[in-house]
Amino acid sequence: MSNYGLFINYEYCTGCHTCEVACKKALNLPEGQHGIVVFEDGPRKNVNGTWELTYLPLPTHLCDFCADRVAEGRLPNCVHHCQSGIMVYDTLENLAKLAEKHPRSVIYNAQA
Amino acid sequence: MELFEKKFNPELYKTDFHWKEGDYDVYRVCHWSAPGCHNSCGILLYVKDGKLERVEGDPNQPYNRGRLCMRCLNLPEACNDLLNRLKWPVKRVGERGENQWERISWDEAYDIIVENVRRIQKEWGPEAICGMIGTGRNVCWQNPLICYAGFGSPNMSFGFLSGDCCMVPRTSLSFCVCGDLPVVDASQFNEERWDHPEYEYPEVVLVWGNDVIKSNGDGFLGHWIVDMMTQANTKLIVVDPDLTWLASRADVWIQPRPGVDSAIAMAMTNVIIEEDLYDHDFVENWTYGFDELAARVKDMTPEKAAEIAWVDAEDIRKAARMFAAAKPGALQWGLTTDMRVNGISEAHCLMSLNAICGNVDQAGGNYLAREAYSMNLAYLCGYFENLDVDMRAKRLGNDISPMHQFGLSSTAASDVVLQAIECGEPYPVKMLWFQGCNSIANMAAEAPRVYEAIKTTEFNVVVDYCITPTAVACADIVLPCAMSPERNQLRTWWTPLRQSTRVVEYYESKTDEQIILELGKRLNPEAWPYETDIDLLNARLKEGDVPEDFAGLQEMVYDWEPLEYHRYEKGLLRPDGQPGFNTPTGMIELYCTTLEAFGNDPLPSYEEPPESPISTPKRFEEYPIVLTTGHRSFEFFHSEHRNQKTMREFHPNPRVRIHPETAAKYGIEDGQWVWIENQRGRCRQIAWVTEGMKPGCASAEHGWWFPETEGAEPNLFGVFDSNINNLTTMMVVGETGYGAPYKGLLCKIYPCTEENSKIMPSEQVTRMGGWEYDRVEKLAMGGYKYE
Repeated sequence: MSNYGLFINYEYCTGCHTCEVACKKALNLPEGQHGIVVFEDGPRKNVNGTWELTYLPLPTHLCDFCADRVAEGRLPNCVHHCQSGIMVYDTLENLAKLAEKHPRSVIYNAQA
Repeated sequence: MELFEKKFNPELYKTDFHWKEGDYDVYRVCHWSAPGCHNSCGILLYVKDGKLERVEGDPNQPYNRGRLCMRCLNLPEACNDLLNRLKWPVKRVGERGENQWERISWDEAYDIIVENVRRIQKEWGPEAICGMIGTGRNVCWQNPLICYAGFGSPNMSFGFLSGDCCMVPRTSLSFCVCGDLPVVDASQFNEERWDHPEYEYPEVVLVWGNDVIKSNGDGFLGHWIVDMMTQANTKLIVVDPDLTWLASRADVWIQPRPGVDSAIAMAMTNVIIEEDLYDHDFVENWTYGFDELAARVKDMTPEKAAEIAWVDAEDIRKAARMFAAAKPGALQWGLTTDMRVNGISEAHCLMSLNAICGNVDQAGGNYLAREAYSMNLAYLCGYFENLDVDMRAKRLGNDISPMHQFGLSSTAASDVVLQAIECGEPYPVKMLWFQGCNSIANMAAEAPRVYEAIKTTEFNVVVDYCITPTAVACADIVLPCAMSPERNQLRTWWTPLRQSTRVVEYYESKTDEQIILELGKRLNPEAWPYETDIDLLNARLKEGDVPEDFAGLQEMVYDWEPLEYHRYEKGLLRPDGQPGFNTPTGMIELYCTTLEAFGNDPLPSYEEPPESPISTPKRFEEYPIVLTTGHRSFEFFHSEHRNQKTMREFHPNPRVRIHPETAAKYGIEDGQWVWIENQRGRCRQIAWVTEGMKPGCASAEHGWWFPETEGAEPNLFGVFDSNINNLTTMMVVGETGYGAPYKGLLCKIYPCTEENSKIMPSEQVTRMGGWEYDRVEKLAMGGYKYE
């Protein structure tokens, strides 16, 4: 069986917190506990005059990539609800192909 | 097609209204208020043992295609909030402000309300009763209907929102200029969405003064713009004093001084005309008054606008060229345009700019949005049917301007309502019916003044799902309203027609439909010939000639009427069936004959805000920071969601955005509590020092109260402590009566210290009569001269 992973094209992450709350609900986490956290870089004016404002969701040690949901045939809760539609849960092999096309992207390995 | 297709399992996500899944009953509905929102997304409610346990976005609803925002994902917490939710009707014991309540039955509550309504009707006339409404709640037709068909009053108003400056200025102007309201076409007007054969993506979206991915105004799901970017590489131009995420992704970002956007819009129009970049075919065939528009904007060069707005002239040129070249382009406008004294004119500038580029009623441009099935789920519901001409003529504010008088207003003017309460002119207001409306925490400008006023009316009722600061301050009766999953409800606000069914219950709470029906039947039975809330909803459906009844819609969940593009060419916009727009000339009126007939300026113009570095230079010395208010957050819908722990975990306190240079100048550090102050009052928020904010300016949040703190006065849930409306003003409105200066004020900002924080604003307002300053006592049309 192939290993799975979580792909995020973070160029279009708006920092809307949907993944963070979706995760808290799926894992039933109390206040202050998170399975995924959105980091913010910026806003900062780059030397070339462009603006840097980047959000990057990062799974924590509590993230189990929604093993129960996936076993039921659902998508991980963050992937299901992501408002920008930039998260993909798939085999690492398929995700690597996606990443080739999307420069500002990351893949998190879901292997336990 | 989405950039990355989400592969939802069709066996788990069905298209039925209801199915069983293990221990769960799953219901497929559309969420809408409470809590409030400008959207109504498809949602799956997972119910176990009569309790809402969890929710998921409905993948089979084309509106949101499975996605949900953090607020909807937290719906079970909101619905099952035993700590904050009101469980049954209560009546006040003790004085107003003491937050002391006694449980009563619905019958007793209705009896008390009926007795007071009858007394006030007899002593003062039905017009002495005024309904108060908040935006984005499902009371848009219920609150008006109980006013018109229950109380017999023509007065239903926007909760002391000065100048009715939420969408209404833009809508009124749009009706005058093009007969309809243009909304960005993100394919939402057809069920096939992006795959509709005639749909085209905009090449450029011009986002003007709104953070739409947070605010979702005008029934538009903000992330549709992100969809355009990922699916079709749509480019952005953003005009905003603050670096929103959209601004960070824009090809051109113009960062104006708050309050003077119309100068930039006129300069862009100037460039498009001078450089001959406009859509000749559309301008010649479908617009009226182009030469007059050209003459009007001629002097507003990019250099002049740049000087006014503190921006770069080259950016204005770049934006103008890029927008004119886009085929199609689309204008994403919003509340900012309304929140000006010259809001009508700013809206006219933007309409004209968009029209000469040929984007109106084009696929992927700005669609002319109408309610599904032309239903009347809005402010005029029951107005003509239940009130005679004489009573309609009494609506407060009807006579303040021809624009109000000749039927473009659909509500009583909030400033005039305040005047009526304060000085009994033109007649006294004695009862307030707040339904989905927390005025003093949210939209009321000059909130301490409004607080003072609402305490003086003889009898007040609040319908809400928790005890709010407005309820504590002035309510005699509070009625518990149901949350979205506890309601049978309908939703249009454009399209599709959406339906939602009551699948859970919460103690004795009732839906707004049930409340107005039960009260209406007691007050005026002939006008309420219905037995149940569903009868009342079916009556609405019948009015709209909707093919289905409520039960039929339940199975469908939503009904998308197929709509067409280029309706102006096909004779589908005008009642007479002729081609053209629904205006006197049949054209988009760049020179607006209706405004001219009203005695208003028929062309767009630029005007300084009443308080600004230019109009009040002396005041600017004392208050050297230009302030804009109403900075939006993902966590909150206006004053709602403050009682949800999960939202406060992400956003515990109010924040004011300020540039590092400005912060340094006034000794302010990031994360520090600061006082924001002007001559009318002050409030405190936490400094969010960010390079994204325009230097010399500040952007503050609104809607803050602290449900976790003491509700009784003097604290009053801390409603004035961080209330940016301690600094705004009522009564200073546009020459039409529309538009008010919520965005574009002056202030000073300084760090909070123990020494200067001994008296908190809530105590200052509730115990010490507020702050001393010169109030603008009577309605000042067309602005106000402070110096």
